[in-house]
Amino acid sequence: MTEYLLRVNGTPYKVVTHPMARLLDVLRNELQLTGTKEGCGEGECGACNVLMNGELVNSCLIPVAQADGAEIGTVEGLGDDERLHAVQQAFLECGGAQCGMCTPGMLVASAHLLGKNPKPDLLAIREGLNGNLCRCTGYMRIFEAVERAVSGVNEVGG
Amino acid sequence: MGQEKVVGKPMLRKEGVAKVRGRARYIDDLTMPGMLHGATVRSCIARGKILGIEFDDGIAWDQFVIVTATDIPGINEIAMINHDWPCLAAEIVNHPEEPIVLLAHPDRHMLPKAVAAVRILYEEWPAVFSIEESEQCDPVVWGEDNVFKSYLMEKGDVDTVWAQADRIVEGEYTTGAQEHLYFENNGAIATYSMEDGLTVWGSMQCPFYVHKSLVKMTGLAEEKVRIIQAETGGAFGGKEDYPSMIGAHAALLAMKSGRPVKLVYDRAEDMAATTKRHPSRIRHRTAVTRDGKLLGAEIEIALDGGAYSTLSSTVLSRSTIHAGGPYFWPNIRIRSKAFATNHPPYGAFRGFGAPQSLFAMERHMDHIAELLGMAPDELRRRNLLRPGQTTTTGQKIDEDIDLEHLMARAMAESDYETKRERFARENAAPGMKKKGIGLAAFLHGAGFTGSGERYLNSLVAVDATAEGKARVLVSSTEFGQGTNTILCQIAAETLGIDYDAVEMGPPDTSVVPNSGPTVASRTSMVVGKLVHSAALGLKKTLAASELLPWEGYTTDEFVAAVRTYIARYGILRAESHYEPPPGVLWDDEHYRGEAYAAYAWAVYVAEVTVDLTTWGVTVDDFVAVQEVGRVLNPVLATGQIEGGVAQGIGWALYEKVMWNRGRMENNQMTNYIIPTSQDIPPIRVFFEERPFGHGAYGAKGIGELPMDGPAPAILNAIAHATGKQFDCVPLLPEDMLRQTRVPQPEREVVAL
Repeated sequence: MTEYLLRVNGTPYKVVTHPMARLLDVLRNELQLTGTKEGCGEGECGACNVLMNGELVNSCLIPVAQADGAEIGTVEGLGDDERLHAVQQAFLECGGAQCGMCTPGMLVASAHLLGKNPKPDLLAIREGLNGNLCRCTGYMRIFEAVERAVSGVNEVGG
Repeated sequence: MGQEKVVGKPMLRKEGVAKVRGRARYIDDLTMPGMLHGATVRSCIARGKILGIEFDDGIAWDQFVIVTATDIPGINEIAMINHDWPCLAAEIVNHPEEPIVLLAHPDRHMLPKAVAAVRILYEEWPAVFSIEESEQCDPVVWGEDNVFKSYLMEKGDVDTVWAQADRIVEGEYTTGAQEHLYFENNGAIATYSMEDGLTVWGSMQCPFYVHKSLVKMTGLAEEKVRIIQAETGGAFGGKEDYPSMIGAHAALLAMKSGRPVKLVYDRAEDMAATTKRHPSRIRHRTAVTRDGKLLGAEIEIALDGGAYSTLSSTVLSRSTIHAGGPYFWPNIRIRSKAFATNHPPYGAFRGFGAPQSLFAMERHMDHIAELLGMAPDELRRRNLLRPGQTTTTGQKIDEDIDLEHLMARAMAESDYETKRERFARENAAPGMKKKGIGLAAFLHGAGFTGSGERYLNSLVAVDATAEGKARVLVSSTEFGQGTNTILCQIAAETLGIDYDAVEMGPPDTSVVPNSGPTVASRTSMVVGKLVHSAALGLKKTLAASELLPWEGYTTDEFVAAVRTYIARYGILRAESHYEPPPGVLWDDEHYRGEAYAAYAWAVYVAEVTVDLTTWGVTVDDFVAVQEVGRVLNPVLATGQIEGGVAQGIGWALYEKVMWNRGRMENNQMTNYIIPTSQDIPPIRVFFEERPFGHGAYGAKGIGELPMDGPAPAILNAIAHATGKQFDCVPLLPEDMLRQTRVPQPEREVVAL
């Protein structure tokens, strides 16, 4: 067992665990941040996407030792009680979330995409989200949601 | 239609904020003090006798809770239609991954090693792994003849048509297994005490199915078993049957240990062990005139049902009834059988047998058209069902349908005729990329088949909370498709109040009445109608109390009146029982009559590019035109269609279960491929709204319909692009390559 320091959504945490514990399990089980979901456990589906030092990663593939000292961003860090993040609001309005299991990863990936490319066209959205599988929507509502978040219809949150 | 304020509007998903904030609580997000984690030891052979169970050294077995079939207090059975599906295999195993032993431990990391250290000793028996092997009865693995169920459905006198036919066209069509791949795996948590009885939380579609099954398995009194649905991350039919299994397993571990037990599968276990879509083999023989009039047909359906009968008889029933497609058949005979094999049992999956038989019908229509030298749309146009005609079960079409218009609209939206002609011309030129466009026309019956809704006899309640909100009480569950939202919309509209003033009751069998299972595209039409009547009852009670006028009040006035009523009388609640629409009569013995109270109708068009170098197929455009009665929520309805089309594309082109002696070998997302954001074409969805008189605000069923059309439309487009006929799904590049190397069978047997 080893001690690790993580900053998750701006809050510092000290975790004592096995160095090979998956970042996904540390978030969900040690920190009770269960918004991040496990879909496949092998880096295929993106349901467990979080930001690590600003990069989009599959938290099921990251041993906590690799995340020591890192800034982690999860779905719980998007928006707050006062106001949803623009992508959250757009997903809500456009029907981008159905069962909700791919949604946290899809939102983190969408926010990350908009951070890197504030005005992606449909092609860039399709490419930017190709690491995030969805079984419910057929992706159309998700593309529309990201486009709506881009178009500034919802100039809210951040 | 048109006057409503809430129904027909894109109201936001009730649980949407919780979902986008990551606050919705799914089963694996829940934990309890002192909770143990469970795991399952499964069969590694397809069929055989269990000779013994040994526990290897090197594991501190005294720290584990161990359950076998001998620990089952009641009947060792998962309650389905028949009584053949064991909760835990006791003496005989009939498929790989069949559960035999359950383990639980406080530390879930201790479980994999312990599972591997349980050694099951077997005497292995021969097994069958295909419809062909099963029908030869070599060996018999179920009952007397390996047949779970068979139907014979007849209309007219098909034996007289062959002599009148200008052409007789034969074809054989096959479809493969499909994995649901709901994003949340199956999971359950159980607690038990003598005083409180058994409580099971789980990811599920049908809380009362689980309740019924666990009462039987535990021997507990009905009121001592309580089932609560946790937020459920997708289902598509895959959580109709299996939650009774995993719920029973969690319950057995909790009852033996006296502690809460969580049993959640990982992806590999869920894919290998739980149910899938039934593979099929369907043969058509059709008599047709040279001007394209369908005179009659014989259709022979065979489904692989897997090792236990589960829901196969009802899946087969829906296959049988949908086999003739949306066409008028003066004469038809349909024989169908569901066969036992030693695969894990197949189960419910969106479409429930109809996608298989509609794939066959719609590919066959293109073959007939080609042989007649007729355009595929024209052949269909000459045979589409019209009001007043009868379906294959003899059900008279009372609805004011216009299928020709649906087809015309689908063709116009997709620019079908221009493209059909242009692609044919361009494909004649040299080049390795060929384009094609194809269509499929189909129908999907809403609600339980035949007398099913009468037997279900669903009950719904609407009550009011102390805060003055209306509350919908149903066992119909939300798993992504929008139950919460549309039922609240219906209640709000009926009560004449804001959508925000209505909430859903908890999906808990100790709180809600049994409104039936959440399956069969029945929620909008059947349960929605009951919510409508119950809400009307509540409104009448309030009006009779003179606390609120019948009309012309605000939501605030409603809330105030409800509060006063509850303060004065305690409870404000109204119930509604299912009553069949008039004239819905069904003969279960001969399979004749009103199979469904209503059908949804659709015409889909797919445009594809086939690369003849790689045999890769891309779907470039997809148009989905349908008539589902009134659309209750345009955003949710569009999402249902788009999602179903994407699953249909997956079934047609990507999703192949690789079997090895009954075991799924590619039980990972890495090698079982579903469409990604870059594989899906623009899916363009259009609704023709024709309100249905007996559904809630005119709604019919919608959820399963979009699964039926994509596969035949895509394969028809591939035939247009390549000039080659492929009659199986999934159709992967390697399948196309293999099939083009062998001569294709002659389809036409008689040309008079």
